[in-house]
Amino acid sequence: MVETSNLYYTYEDVTALTFPDIALTPGEHMLVMGPSGVGKTTLLYLMAGLLPPIRGNVVIDGTGLNMLSRKEIDKFRGEHIGLIFQQYHFIKSLNVSDNLHLRQTFPKSTNDKKRLHELAERLGLAEHLSKKVTELSQGQQQRLSIALGLIHKPKLVLADEPTSNLDDVNCIKVINLLKEEAEICKSSLLIITHDLRVMSHFHNRIEL
Amino acid sequence: MNLGYLAYKNMVSKPLNLLLSLMLLSLSVSLVTFVFQLSQQLGDQLNKNIAPFDMVVGAKGSPLQLVLSSVLHVDVPTGNIKLKDMTALQNHPFVEKAIPVSYGDNYKGYRILGTETQYLNSYNAKLSEGRLYQKSFEVVVGSGVRSKLNLKLGDTFISSHGLADSGATGHEEHPYEVVGFLESTGTVVDQLLISNLKSIWDAHEHDGSKHNEGFEDKHQEDYEGHDHNEEHEHKDSENHQGHNHNDEYGNEEHENLEITSLLVKFKNPLGMVQLPRFINENTTMQAALPGLEIQRLMGLLSSGVQTINGIAVAILLVSALSIFISLLKTIRERKQELALLRTYGLGIGKLLGLALLEGLFLALLGFVLGWILGRIGVWGVSQYMQASYGYALRINSPELVELFLLSLILTLTIIATLLASRSIFKLNVAKTLSDA
Repeated sequence: MVETSNLYYTYEDVTALTFPDIALTPGEHMLVMGPSGVGKTTLLYLMAGLLPPIRGNVVIDGTGLNMLSRKEIDKFRGEHIGLIFQQYHFIKSLNVSDNLHLRQTFPKSTNDKKRLHELAERLGLAEHLSKKVTELSQGQQQRLSIALGLIHKPKLVLADEPTSNLDDVNCIKVINLLKEEAEICKSSLLIITHDLRVMSHFHNRIEL
Repeated sequence: MNLGYLAYKNMVSKPLNLLLSLMLLSLSVSLVTFVFQLSQQLGDQLNKNIAPFDMVVGAKGSPLQLVLSSVLHVDVPTGNIKLKDMTALQNHPFVEKAIPVSYGDNYKGYRILGTETQYLNSYNAKLSEGRLYQKSFEVVVGSGVRSKLNLKLGDTFISSHGLADSGATGHEEHPYEVVGFLESTGTVVDQLLISNLKSIWDAHEHDGSKHNEGFEDKHQEDYEGHDHNEEHEHKDSENHQGHNHNDEYGNEEHENLEITSLLVKFKNPLGMVQLPRFINENTTMQAALPGLEIQRLMGLLSSGVQTINGIAVAILLVSALSIFISLLKTIRERKQELALLRTYGLGIGKLLGLALLEGLFLALLGFVLGWILGRIGVWGVSQYMQASYGYALRINSPELVELFLLSLILTLTIIATLLASRSIFKLNVAKTLSDA
């Protein structure tokens, strides 16, 4: 169960951002929509504990992020939250397989090769596992980014425009994968998107 | 996956940075360890070789040369002295032992030393095989010579004139026979072929009668310097030599026998104070103190050693700086990756650990490479010295001083890494990730 209450954030006192309360049960998904600049990504960072809210709180499975120290939030995030970024971030010195493996390792050693291969297979990355991340195409990078957000079976998956670089075939694959994973791992799913292809598959949504 | 693997991958992903830092570091380490080993081993070796003797008495000349030639067997001798002049010294109450040595020939570049068996006792040299020499032209062989020349018991060989392997033939009439082998002592004995004094005299007696060039001529000149009485005796002895060169030397003969030098060990430390001065002031011979001469030699070397150490320390500091700069650069370049790792659940401590691992890995690798390079250098010098002086250097396992150097390098690296990593503490994860 993921709940936010009265979240408020402001960047250097210029733009004040208030957010509607969100409640997600395990396995439930929600789309976040709205024009640029309303703070969609900020909401995502607040929920991931990457930004401390000025007011309000995020409670994930009974744990209030405002009760945790910075170190504890890092650890909590590593275990329970999966982030899929709009810009892709990888460890460039590691190959695809090692990047995925690294995400499984910290902080909890879930050294599960089977899951790594299964996920790579489902995202069409299986034959690219030994490649450098810089050798992947944009679409492949986006799929790797999605795999990194899901591989450690998080309780909350936060995705920022996860389909922007995908063709229709891969887009459908990713949508189905996100739904299936949420179902299997009982993950709550929050997706920021402008993509009409995504919207037609998810009906629970909020406008910012 | 552990942090070490990630640190390693990060490091090898920038091979040029790695190469530069490693080269600087290993260069300084190899310089320091090489010079240290060289000066220490030379000093040790020299001290070990001079330890059995307090004083050398030989012909006038450079005292350093006398010590180098008669004790360390690396230089040519200053000349010869008369054995009979030594009797007083040998019986002096301050003297514990006085061992005459005589040399001038070699076999394939290894010196043949004529001396008493007491000489072997002084160096604690024990037989590993065979027996000691009992009569002329029997030799025992030092362990280094044995392994180099591959000699066997019963082998015979012909010595050549001089102290270096010139290929010139010498004393065909008197082949030496190998009767024993010595255990390795780690001293100059290992590099010698040792026989009795008489072998040297017998070999050169023939030369004397044939009026060969070399040592013998020099002896003659030395004789001229002595008083008339001695000259007469000399002539007498030449007559004698005519008929009885295969017999034992009589007393009369003894009067004119020559040795290269006398190695003296004092019983009483007063001897060290009184005898050298007495000999130098009142006789035509000179007395040299090996300890003093070697100290002087090492003093000359040590200023060179210090200069090289200074250069090495400067390179070490530059290499620490290069590690600092390259870490600073990679941490800046990898800001986003560090932010990503934060979202993976790695705290600031772990990120710092990652940077430290990378730095320490580099330092350790640089040290090991440098250490190996230094040892290769020692090995190279050892080959050269063995070929030209018969001295070999050991390839030692890491020593305390070198471990101290390692800890100094590790400390420098930790400081450099921490300084370079300050930005990790101030990392704004959300902002960094959005700024792609």
